Amino acid sequence: MAAVTPEVLTSTHVEKMKKKKLPKRYWEETEKTDQSQRRPEEEQGKAGQNQNKSTVKEKSLKRKNGESLEKKDPFPGEAPIPQKQLQKFQRGKKCKVPAGARERLKEAIAISEAMSEHAQKQAARYDLLLPEDAGFLEGDEDEDTNTISQADIADAVDITSGSKYFNLHLSQFGPYRLDYSRTGRNLLVGGKKGHVACIDWQTKDLKCEMNVMETVNDVNSLCTLRSASRWLHTEAMFAVAQKRWLYIYDSKGVELHCVKKFNDVLRMQFLPYHFLLATASATGFLQYLDVSIGKEVAAICTKMGRLDVMAQNPHNAVIHLGHPNGTVSLWSPNQKESLVKMLCHRGAVRSLAVDKTGTYMVTSGLDRKLKVYDIRAFKPLHSCFLPAGASCLSLSQRGLLSAATGEIVQVYQNVLGSNPVSKPYMAHRLRGQIWGLAYCPFEDVLGIGHGEGFTSMIVPGAGEPNFDALDTNPYRSHKQRQEWEVKALLEKVQPELIGLDPGQLSKVDQASFEQRHKEQIEALGFDPLAKDKFKPRTKKKGRSSAGAIEKRKRKVAHEDQRDEIRQSVQERTEREKELKEKSNEKKLGNKSTLDRFRK
Amino acid sequence: TTADFAVKTHIWTDDWQVHHLIEGSDDERKHKKLLEAIGSMGGRKRKKQNERSEASVQVSEYFVNAEGTGDKVNLSDLLGTVEKTSGASNKTKKQLRNLQSSKETLELPLNKQQTEKVSAEFSVQLLVSCWKNIILQNQKAEQMVFPLNQESSGPKRVEQVVAGWKVQTPLEQEIFRLLHGSRQPVNDPVLTPVEEQSLKAMSLEEAKIRRAELQKARALQSYYEAKAKREKKIKSKKYHKVQNKAKRKDFLKQFDEMVKTNPEGALEELKKMELSRMEERMSLKHQNSGKWAKSKAIMAKYDDSARKAMQEQLQMNKDLTQKMVVPSDDEHESIEEGLETVPDFVNDPETVIDPVNPWMRGQLTHEEPEVSCVTAEEVQTAEEENEEEEIIGEFERKRKLRQVVEEDVVEVSDKEEEDEDEEEDVSEFNTLFRLMRSEKTREGSNQTRGGLNTAGEEDEEGLLSEGQIRVRSIEDLEVLDEVVEPRAIEEPSAPQTAAAEATSEPPHKKKREINLKEVLTKEAKAVRLPFLPTVVDEEERDEQISIIKEAFAGDDVISDFIKDKSRQEAAGRPAVVDLTLPGWGEWGGVGLKPPRWKRKRFRIKTAPPPPRQDQKLPDVIISEKRTASVASHQVSQLPFPFQNTAQFESSIRTPIGSTWNTQTVVKNMTKPKVVTKLGAIIEPMVKEDFIKSKTTALWLLEIGHKKFVFSVLGIVGLHVNSCAFCL
Repeated sequence: MAAVTPEVLTSTHVEKMKKKKLPKRYWEETEKTDQSQRRPEEEQGKAGQNQNKSTVKEKSLKRKNGESLEKKDPFPGEAPIPQKQLQKFQRGKKCKVPAGARERLKEAIAISEAMSEHAQKQAARYDLLLPEDAGFLEGDEDEDTNTISQADIADAVDITSGSKYFNLHLSQFGPYRLDYSRTGRNLLVGGKKGHVACIDWQTKDLKCEMNVMETVNDVNSLCTLRSASRWLHTEAMFAVAQKRWLYIYDSKGVELHCVKKFNDVLRMQFLPYHFLLATASATGFLQYLDVSIGKEVAAICTKMGRLDVMAQNPHNAVIHLGHPNGTVSLWSPNQKESLVKMLCHRGAVRSLAVDKTGTYMVTSGLDRKLKVYDIRAFKPLHSCFLPAGASCLSLSQRGLLSAATGEIVQVYQNVLGSNPVSKPYMAHRLRGQIWGLAYCPFEDVLGIGHGEGFTSMIVPGAGEPNFDALDTNPYRSHKQRQEWEVKALLEKVQPELIGLDPGQLSKVDQASFEQRHKEQIEALGFDPLAKDKFKPRTKKKGRSSAGAIEKRKRKVAHEDQRDEIRQSVQERTEREKELKEKSNEKKLGNKSTLDRFRK
Repeated sequence: TTADFAVKTHIWTDDWQVHHLIEGSDDERKHKKLLEAIGSMGGRKRKKQNERSEASVQVSEYFVNAEGTGDKVNLSDLLGTVEKTSGASNKTKKQLRNLQSSKETLELPLNKQQTEKVSAEFSVQLLVSCWKNIILQNQKAEQMVFPLNQESSGPKRVEQVVAGWKVQTPLEQEIFRLLHGSRQPVNDPVLTPVEEQSLKAMSLEEAKIRRAELQKARALQSYYEAKAKREKKIKSKKYHKVQNKAKRKDFLKQFDEMVKTNPEGALEELKKMELSRMEERMSLKHQNSGKWAKSKAIMAKYDDSARKAMQEQLQMNKDLTQKMVVPSDDEHESIEEGLETVPDFVNDPETVIDPVNPWMRGQLTHEEPEVSCVTAEEVQTAEEENEEEEIIGEFERKRKLRQVVEEDVVEVSDKEEEDEDEEEDVSEFNTLFRLMRSEKTREGSNQTRGGLNTAGEEDEEGLLSEGQIRVRSIEDLEVLDEVVEPRAIEEPSAPQTAAAEATSEPPHKKKREINLKEVLTKEAKAVRLPFLPTVVDEEERDEQISIIKEAFAGDDVISDFIKDKSRQEAAGRPAVVDLTLPGWGEWGGVGLKPPRWKRKRFRIKTAPPPPRQDQKLPDVIISEKRTASVASHQVSQLPFPFQNTAQFESSIRTPIGSTWNTQTVVKNMTKPKVVTKLGAIIEPMVKEDFIKSKTTALWLLEIGHKKFVFSVLGIVGLHVNSCAFCL
């Protein structure tokens, strides 16, 4: 062995020297590695016969000398994942293994922790596959973006995007409500006077158009499309709340159902993952219809009068209702009384919108105020006064808020947060009174239904640029749609699981757990989950006297409490240290080193 | 009477001497018989006595007696010189001294059946314990793939293919015999396979494990022995009778089973039974031919119980000759002589011991390399064990030799006596040996206790030092105090908005009302619009009117809300139960109120409910109703390893669905616990499935060996732990 090592050293040394001079080539490598040895060989075999043999030898030699000759990977291991991305996929807090844990518990925790960490890392790594970024509108210097007209924008952008700004002049059948399908491909508009049409709005392809008035006899000629029309989860069906009953049509305009249990419906919300159509009626009833099985899941008498303000929280599928007495109430089909009731406005609530993450709620009331609430804590974040008050509100996927004040649509940026709003991001004036507002999913488009028809407005930065093709794919084919439908039905969430906390299912049912635990204690006569009391070991030579034992016990007493205290103390000292450092930095920052030369 | 007897015997011996002188030694037998006859006439059984006579032609060891000295032979008499000889080791001397001083009677070893039972139970335990680890491992495994030891599909590496190749044709066999016959290393010249084997044979850990096992075996053995002894000591005849009966029944049952499961074993048992039957038939034991039986026979006419006893005896005989053996130990009367005799090995010269290498004295030491690398303490124990080993080995050798010699020399003596003697000797040795060992173990235990104590001291010291660390300075304590004090909750910063002020309201109710109004009426920032609405529609005007209306109704809105909330709060509060009985123990009547003490005593207040969630939110009512709908889907019992709910909840916090995870992660998280190959037969697990290394195989071999030893020693009646092979 001793004979081999010097060779290695020399060879590497030589290699290094050469490396500096010439860029290395793969065919040269072996020759250089052991030139010192090969020199005599070279002299012998200059005729070129020996070349093959020598290479073989070199190879074997190289293998023997080990890895020292091989090139090292400059970036060993896996590519690092930025902390920010990791944090994005952090789910809950890590669980620490308690000090005196059993072996099996330790293993179980270790396994689950490893698994969740792996999942988090993988998700963060694959986040790279969502490359698209949202757009935005930027004005020139001292130019407000809200003064830029839609026509200008449409001119400036490419043709396809420009074509997304259009007007439908439908002055006959009065103010329109509208709804986009979940994929954002189709648009459904319903005029107050009975006109219902569904359009593939990008191709401007009319799928079906009808006047409900025409389908019924003239006794019902007064029948108006009361308030809402809604796409159900597929393009195949849509529901129309007509004067008395709720009707369901297919995409060709054929009436499928007339649900007479749902009468006087004013507003509707569709919960896509639960397959529930929630309706709010003029008689104060909130009803849930399971559209997958056609059954009424729940009918709740709210006792709040006419319900014409409604929104859903996409995060936990809770329905928000606005009431004339200025309150907003939150409902789930599982409880006959409201989950939460908040007093938001002095006057009646006119409109409501909840953002995609379920964190913020925006309300507008008759007191002409626009309020932003944090609905996790039920605390108002900020409010602003709109001169005309907002009759309709809508939140886009990226958190842009559009508010209809009379015949003007205003779009606000950065509403969701603690800073108050000063001026709108965009504004657009329309001909008639605005009746419906909706953002198109995955598009920078805001659909406006008004007295004179329908307007599609370009709002840069409104839509989510990255879509989940397994969930909602705007470009899906017929086959994909079918597959999705099956999967969605299989993954249907039961209505019992609707509640304020969507993670409730992953928690232990504390009440019954405690009850059962109590019963167990009674049956057994002791607490099986209790921590073992510290029992000092018996020691010999008189060290197990009562006093000594007591002493030892006292040493261990309140250990967990002490641990906590210790930790908090440490944290505090760290915080203080940081603060001190910061203040020091500030002081230093104010005082540069050159300050002393100043007079 | 004893004095009288002594005189008589003296006279008789004198007579005998006279006779002897007169008639010569030919008629010794006749004389003996005569003496016996005379002795039996006296009604009392006389002690057989031999006396050393004058030197005669026939010298027999049966005439040699220690009677002449009058005293018993002491160990010191025989070993007095050992103390003086320098060659003998101190240890031996000490042992001998101890042996001398010990006065206790030694306990008999276990009988054969018990030993067999113990050994069988222990071997079963050993066999089970070797599976324990693999079972645990399989329980813990995230995924099990059956059948076990499947070959991985897909292309294999060259090495694997070559390794798996088997020689098939005769030519190949020839070639391979030539190639590998020498067993010389071909590629790696460092070690020959034999050397490697010897290196691998045993590692330190394995040695430790084995040692621990042996210790465990010993301990178990001793427990069983103690138990058996305790049971044997019980003098109650009835007890033994009952037990024997039970044993017999048990045995019968077992035998029946054995016939089904293990016919060979049953055959063996049958043979044994046959043998015992033969013995019984040969002996006159239960045939009512003894003295006792004769006396009973006389009594039988008048005494029912005597008759019964005799019948019982006969029945016993019948049973025994028909069916099976009764393990009877009380056959032999205890013989007093020879209790104090010393085993032969004591007389043997001690072999020269190399103090450096004590292991060389033992005969069968496989574990030299092992011992060489154990710690000093272990060396000591190993030494002791080796000594034991050596002693036993020597003893056995001696015994065999002696047997041969005896057989050669003593042809005249009858066999039974010899056997008895031998057994006696063996038991003697056993007891002696046990004593020695117990002393040693006592020493050992003392040592270990000392070690433990020191360890304990160290532990204590460690604890103390830890305690010192824990003790904090006064400043620390102060810090602790500060920490314990509740910290002010940081309010979310919302500086300018009016809304933020709402959050920092004091919880007082009356104030809250005012503040609530303030919140709602406070001016919000107005938003500047690019273009104000020019046209005011009719609807707009309507709205304006309603606005005005609402403005007037504003106060009502707030007060309504507050009323609603207070109502809800009141509904949540538990009612006070009033159990006062007016007029009970006092004057009653209209307009009389029960006294204060009564009201105080009989009004039962239930514990207040936990604080409402909306306690600090004046403009929010949160329902306190528990939703039972989710509860049916929730987990209500903690799964096994978890000790509290937080642990369990955190363990399931990561979703496993493909909506939230990448494909590989989903696959990984939802992989099945058991995978089976379609159509493949899943054989029950055998040892070869998990034992691959040679070492473990060796270990198993050892178990086999131990079993063998058990069986051998069971017959001989030796202790298992004194087996020379095991150590």
